[in-house]
Amino acid sequence: MSFKDNIVSSFIALENEVDTESYVHQLRNKALADFERQGIPMRKEEAYKYTSLKSLFGKDYTLFPKKETAIEYKDIKKYLVHQIDAYRVVFIDGIYSSHLSQTTHDKFDVCLMSSALSHPKYSSVIQKHYNKLAGNDGLSSLNTAFAREGAYIHIKKNIAVEKPIEVVYFSTGNEDHLMVQPRNLVVVEENAQVQIIERHQSLTDNAVLTNVVTEVFADKRAMVDYYKIQNDRLNASLIDHTNVEQQGDSEVRLHTFSFGGALTRNNLYFYQRGEHCNSLLNGVTIIEGKQHVDHSTLVHHTSPNCESYQEYKQIFDDKAVGVFNGKVLVDKVAQKINAFQQNNNILISDKATINAKPQLEIFADDVRCSHGCTIGQLDEDALFYMQSRGIPKKEARALLMYAFANSVLESVKIPEIKARITKLIALKLNVEIGFDL
Amino acid sequence: MLKIKDLQASIEDKEILKGINLEVKAGEVHAIMGPNGSGKSTLANVIAGREEYEMTSGEISMNNQDISEMDPDERAHKGIFLSFQYPIEIPGVSVTNFMKTAINETRKAQGKEEMKAKDMLKLIREKSELLEIDRKFLSRSLNEGFSGGEKKRNEIFQMAMLEPQLAILDETDSGLDIDALKIVANGVNKLRSKDNATIVITHYQRLLDYIVPDYVHVLYQGRIVKSGGKELAHELEKRGYDWIKEEVEA
Repeated sequence: MSFKDNIVSSFIALENEVDTESYVHQLRNKALADFERQGIPMRKEEAYKYTSLKSLFGKDYTLFPKKETAIEYKDIKKYLVHQIDAYRVVFIDGIYSSHLSQTTHDKFDVCLMSSALSHPKYSSVIQKHYNKLAGNDGLSSLNTAFAREGAYIHIKKNIAVEKPIEVVYFSTGNEDHLMVQPRNLVVVEENAQVQIIERHQSLTDNAVLTNVVTEVFADKRAMVDYYKIQNDRLNASLIDHTNVEQQGDSEVRLHTFSFGGALTRNNLYFYQRGEHCNSLLNGVTIIEGKQHVDHSTLVHHTSPNCESYQEYKQIFDDKAVGVFNGKVLVDKVAQKINAFQQNNNILISDKATINAKPQLEIFADDVRCSHGCTIGQLDEDALFYMQSRGIPKKEARALLMYAFANSVLESVKIPEIKARITKLIALKLNVEIGFDL
Repeated sequence: MLKIKDLQASIEDKEILKGINLEVKAGEVHAIMGPNGSGKSTLANVIAGREEYEMTSGEISMNNQDISEMDPDERAHKGIFLSFQYPIEIPGVSVTNFMKTAINETRKAQGKEEMKAKDMLKLIREKSELLEIDRKFLSRSLNEGFSGGEKKRNEIFQMAMLEPQLAILDETDSGLDIDALKIVANGVNKLRSKDNATIVITHYQRLLDYIVPDYVHVLYQGRIVKSGGKELAHELEKRGYDWIKEEVEA
C-alpha cells in the first residue's frame, strides 16, 4: 500500500474515533484533501531540492500507536531539563501522560490540545488561532488531518510565566515504524511572557517519524523564548513546522539545537505583523555519520522598524549532510527594518556536505539587510596559538569547534539549558569540559 | 638551555633566516633587535614551531634535546613560551578555561596529575594580581574585544601561569602605553629566576629600560650581524639602524 493510500484508509479509521461534526473536523477534511492533492514533497520542488523524503516515506507507517506502555519517571528523567522547576506536558506515543506531566489552569492554561479541541471553553481561541498560521503544504496538511494531541499553551494578558514550560514527546517503540503528528498551539496575549522547551525523544531503536506542527501567536509586547532540543536516536526522524506570528513590539526568540536523529527538517516561518517586532532565530547543528539536518527559515517583514536576527553555527563530520535555506522577505512598506542572517559551517570530513542558500527578497528601499555564509576549516593561527600554550592539536581543534558552536549560546536565557547544551556540544566534540562556564 | 646552530628557515620558498647562531643559558635575558623585516618574528615563530615556516637547515635544541621536529605543543611542554605580537582572539573560550586546559595538558604531557580546582583558582588569583588584571576579565572570551594593552598583559599572565623555562616576548611593547608597559615589564621581571631565561624581541629600546638584557643581538637580513651588552641597545636608540646596515654592506 502506498503512503497516500495508507493515509486515506487511516483517516477513515480516525473518523470512527472523533466527533466528525466539529469545527476542527471540517479543518481535517480540508487538510486531507490538500494532502491528497499534493502528497509528500519531492526533490523537484525547490524547497526540498537538497532533502529527499522518498526513502523516509517509503516505509509502512502505523498512524495509531498501541496503548501507552508503562513509562516511569526514572525512564525519562534524563531527557528532561529536570534541574528546572518547570511546567511539563509529557506525551508517550502521542498520548498524554498525566502522571508524568504537571499542567495548570491557574493563571494561564498549559494543557492538552485534545481538551482544547473538544471543550467549548476553548472554542473561541481555537476558532481564532488554530490552523490559521500553519501552511497548507502536503506535510502540514497531513498533520492537520490527523492531529489530535499536543500542547495547548495560552498565556493571558500581562502574565509572565515564572517557570519554563517543557513539552516532551516520547516514543516507546512498542511498534516499529510509527508516525506521529503532534500539534502545538501557543497563544501569548499582550504583554505576556513565556519560555518553552520542546523535545521529541525515542526510547528504543524502532523507527519513528514525527511530523509536528506548532503555531505561535505573540500579541503586542509579548515575549516568547522557545528552545528546541533535537538530540534523538538515529532511528528517529523529525519534520518540524513552526509558524510564528508577531504583533507590534513583540519579541520571539527561537533556538534550535540539532545533534541527533536520522533526518531532521526544520521549517521555521516568522511573520511580523506590526512595528518594532524583534525575531531571533539561532541554531547549533553538530552531526556525523549519515545524519541529515535541514533548516529552512523564513522571516517575512511586513511592517516598518522591525528587526530579525539569525545565526546558525554548524559542524559536519563523516558523510553528514546539512541544508540551510534562509529566506528574508521584506515588503515594500517594511522600511527601516534591520535583518541579519549569518550561517557559518565547518566541514570536518571531506565527505561531509553543506548546501547553503541564503535568499533575500527586498522590496523596500530604506533597510539594512545583511547576510553572510561561510564554509570552512578551522583558523590555523588560532590552532598555533593554542598549541603554543601546550594544548595538543587534536584538543585545540575540538576546543575551537566547541567555541565556534558555543558562541550561539550567549543568547540562551535559561541557565540550565545553556549548561546542558554546552555539555552536549562538549560531548559531541570530545572536549573535556570538566568545569563550569 | 636553548641552542641554535646555523638556523635557516623560509616561508613559501622565501628565505627569511639565513644562518642564525644563538645560545641562551639559564638566568639570562637576551634582546633581539633589528629593523622591520629583518626576520625577528620569524625567529620567534620558528623556535615555537609554527608549521608555516620551514626549517631548511640547522639545529634547535632545548636542554640538549633536539626540538626541531616537535609540534608547537610539545615544545611548550619542554618549557618554551611565545608571547605573541598579535595575540589571537578566540571567541567562546574564556581566559580561565583556556588556561586550565593549557596547564592540565602540559601537566599531562609531563606525567603529572591534573591541577586541583582549588589550586588552580589560587594560582589564577595570584598571577592575575601580579599583572593587575581584573578578575572579571578572566571570564571573558580570550582576547576578544581586548584592547592592545589588555592583550599583551594577558600574554604575560599566561606566561606567569605556565612558568616556562624560556619565554620569548615578540614585540610585547608594541601598542602599550607607558603604564601598561611598566606593569608588563614588572610582571616579566618578577618571573625571572636563575633557572629560566627570556628572549625579548623588540624594535625599540624603550622596553629594555624596564627589562634589562644581558645580551643584545642585532638581526638584519636574516642574520645576527652584531652582538653586545645592554649598551648596544642605547647606541641603536641614538643612532638608528642605518650604521649597522652600512657596516654590513661594507
